[in-house]
Amino acid sequence: MSQTDRPQDASSVSRRGFLRGMSASALAAGALAPAAQALAATVGANAGPGATTSAKAAATVFGPAPIAVNLTINGKTRELRLEPRVTLLDALRNHLDLTGAKKVCDRATCGACTVLLDGKAVYSCTVLAVEAQGKAIETVEGLAEANNGAAPIQKCFVANDAQQCGFCTPGFVMACESVRRRNPHANREQALAELGGNLCRCGTYHGVANAVLDAIHGTTGGK
Amino acid sequence: MNSFEYARPTTLEQAIGLLSPTDGDAAALAGGTDLLSLMKDFLVEPKRLVSLMGIEQLGTISVGKDGLKIGATVTLDGLLQSGALNQWGAKWPALWHAAAGIKSPQLRAMGTVGGELLQRPRCWYFRRGHGLLAQDAKGGSLVEQGDHRYHAIFDNAGPAKFVHPSSLAPALIACDATAEIASPRGMRTVKVSELYRTPTKAGERETTLASDELLTAVTLPRPLPKSATYEVRPRQGLDWPLVAASVAFELDGGGKVTNARIVLGHVAPTPWIAADAKSLIGKGIDDAAIAAIAAAVAKAATPLKGNAYKVDLAQVAIRRAFAAALKGN
Repeated sequence: MSQTDRPQDASSVSRRGFLRGMSASALAAGALAPAAQALAATVGANAGPGATTSAKAAATVFGPAPIAVNLTINGKTRELRLEPRVTLLDALRNHLDLTGAKKVCDRATCGACTVLLDGKAVYSCTVLAVEAQGKAIETVEGLAEANNGAAPIQKCFVANDAQQCGFCTPGFVMACESVRRRNPHANREQALAELGGNLCRCGTYHGVANAVLDAIHGTTGGK
Repeated sequence: MNSFEYARPTTLEQAIGLLSPTDGDAAALAGGTDLLSLMKDFLVEPKRLVSLMGIEQLGTISVGKDGLKIGATVTLDGLLQSGALNQWGAKWPALWHAAAGIKSPQLRAMGTVGGELLQRPRCWYFRRGHGLLAQDAKGGSLVEQGDHRYHAIFDNAGPAKFVHPSSLAPALIACDATAEIASPRGMRTVKVSELYRTPTKAGERETTLASDELLTAVTLPRPLPKSATYEVRPRQGLDWPLVAASVAFELDGGGKVTNARIVLGHVAPTPWIAADAKSLIGKGIDDAAIAAIAAAVAKAATPLKGNAYKVDLAQVAIRRAFAAALKGN
């Protein structure tokens, strides 16, 4: 949990709100599949007066209490119960113990939290876990698993001295993996342009560029 | 961030219902790249997020003979890919350049056209919780008193001194684009330039959209034959430009300008439309004319104590945008 999370005020559900919520869930129940009914009932209780209108609009409102969230991570389906506010990064790190992706800026700027979503690099700190459902999520842990040890891109990082303190490295590895897959003929300039979303305060950019070119072309691109 | 309710409707009607004021303080979620950061800093505290990403019609691009319609939830990546595939990028280079100027692939993968247009200002006083107008207890401007190297050089006589952060808006305005807006009262269409305003008192926002209105698409009409965007950037990677200029113009058979628009980004609380562009009409476009128009636009600038350098950059951006448009790349 992030340090800036505010505790949920459990007393905020008033008796009136609860009763209204119950009637709302009764309205919603007719339109929902049986499996969703139990969930809608809890949701309605928390949702308060607003749930009534939503039920009329025939779209389900979830939360703010934890809801079922199914994520496909490194090829495996993981069933979680998360509040809608939980980011993909927090779900990975705090709920699944996948700590490869790092929380640094937490503001979609530094790239340390980079994972792949349907093959594209994204900032997992700024994707809600609920929004990542139905998409293929790949983390740096998955790279190693799939390769039974270090993946080619990871070996190229080692061979090209592409890390110093190492904290940005998992994010850079995933961004490089995305470049390698999406642009298998990238030259140095194109590869660097595709790494514009990651920061390294040690300044290992030269090594990272060599690593991704090494992975793409089997050369170090003029090292 | 605070907890909130979450819904993912599949139709625009459902989304409008979920966002309407009777439902309380609700916000539309698209890519989330700005909204979630604002929520983590408690700068916005919606009680409900309505995801727009399940609404198919908002995520489509259509290229017609005369125009280009882009749904609000088209990602920046999707926009660029479609530009290459459908070659609209060659017809509206000003927009193509602006979209390609967003240098983080992670932001392009999640960020959407609607979100890019409605992202909140990057002003560090605003982002640190001092409000959009960043005033002290006596109404003095923290921006004027403090570091304002990135702040406004136009339209900054009032309390608002931030710059509008959108990269796409100046290009869309130069291309005379319109915005489609949905609300419980129906649909309306405005010029993209009319989406923005300069706030004059606390509580006012930088957009003219009402709290229950949703930007659903932007439409670019038949393009002017020449256009380009040039950004002056502090670095090649992820960052906002210091100054950007989008230009679009048309020449007659004799090489005289028949129509011209110049819109600057990152220089004012709104995308800044340079009225001086009209003075180009009837004239030929050469280096001297371009330098003269750039100087005329810059002359109207009112920089703060520490950002006069942006006036020079604005001239550079205008000159290079015209040069790029003439070269056609």
